[in-house]
Amino acid sequence: MSNLRQKVLVLYLANSALDSKVTGWSIYDGTGKEPHTTGDSDTPPYKTGLDALKAGWRVIQFPQLIPPYPNMEYTTSFQMYEFIFEKLEDAA
Amino acid sequence: MVNKTYLLNTKQMATFVAKGFLRFDELVPPEINAAVMSEIDGGAIASAVAGTPLSQCYPPPSAIGQLLRMPQIEGIIQSLVGPDPLFDHQAVHVRQPNEDSAQGMHGDSIIDTRMHFDIQLMYFPHDVPLEMGGTLVVPGSQYRRINEMDIARYQNFLGQVNMVCKAGTILVLHHGIWHCGRQNKTNQKRYMFKVRLNPRVRQLRLWNTDDLPANAGAHKAIFTRDTNKVEDVQTILGRTEPWFENATGRLEIINRIKMWRFLTGDEQFDVHYWLTRLENMPENRELAA
Repeated sequence: MSNLRQKVLVLYLANSALDSKVTGWSIYDGTGKEPHTTGDSDTPPYKTGLDALKAGWRVIQFPQLIPPYPNMEYTTSFQMYEFIFEKLEDAA
Repeated sequence: MVNKTYLLNTKQMATFVAKGFLRFDELVPPEINAAVMSEIDGGAIASAVAGTPLSQCYPPPSAIGQLLRMPQIEGIIQSLVGPDPLFDHQAVHVRQPNEDSAQGMHGDSIIDTRMHFDIQLMYFPHDVPLEMGGTLVVPGSQYRRINEMDIARYQNFLGQVNMVCKAGTILVLHHGIWHCGRQNKTNQKRYMFKVRLNPRVRQLRLWNTDDLPANAGAHKAIFTRDTNKVEDVQTILGRTEPWFENATGRLEIINRIKMWRFLTGDEQFDVHYWLTRLENMPENRELAA
């Protein structure tokens, strides 16, 4: 079995553009080297989604743009611009 | 009824409507903090039945009762949920030393679409340094319609608030706010006492409104350098949080306007013309001949 493991970076951006500002973030490290958890950092890992690409992350999910359902045009809920990135890193 | 000098003022109320919480650092005196710690360690804080008027909970001798009957705390409670609200539930949150992880981000209870709101009063009986964790709150998240732990994948937000505080600090939350207990990296247990309260009255002008201007929602020149020059209700409600999305952040201002109208009964109140623009329906107006 390969020693490569997936590392996942989730960035919440200010709008649907990949180069917009990071407003929220989560990291899950399949190598087990970085134990990330809720509230573990006040500073985003990158300023924009594009900066993550420049650092070698591969984007694997763009959020779809879905029109609001009728009568829910003003309802706020989950983060709308969730971009998911990955890296493969050696777990050894 | 508590003396009105202990009630919240209009700016504090607007801040609660905008951010979903208020904090009062070192409000509770050391002797009550010590007595509460003894009650916690002794397992002596008995819970009342859900739905009991607060005045019937924690009879003397009770350090928690003593705390809740402090006029400053009665004033906070009365301003937000009215006199003698209902006790919902209590919790003594204990975060164990050297935890592996934090609690997941969540909103308490279940999805709740009311305009009326409950409050959760959190009390920190001992100092909470950053490495001990403390409660994390996401300012301005209280109107987002989510169901409990559905948001657990969110680890961090720009502008999140870590409750690093001294003993005796009180944090009052709108029931819908996103929060979690942060990881405790110290060798000591961390305690926090929480009580949830339900209003029994219409939440209408319950705070000290002596400073509430009659024209709080008067229209201003918008998108100008001076729009937010004065720290008034409109400025407080119109200030977006660092984590808000560009567009959805504007909808959060709409949520706040609606809540302010609900709390004041002023159906004309607006912040920077956001709702007035939508309410303009010329087909319903008669033009002068």
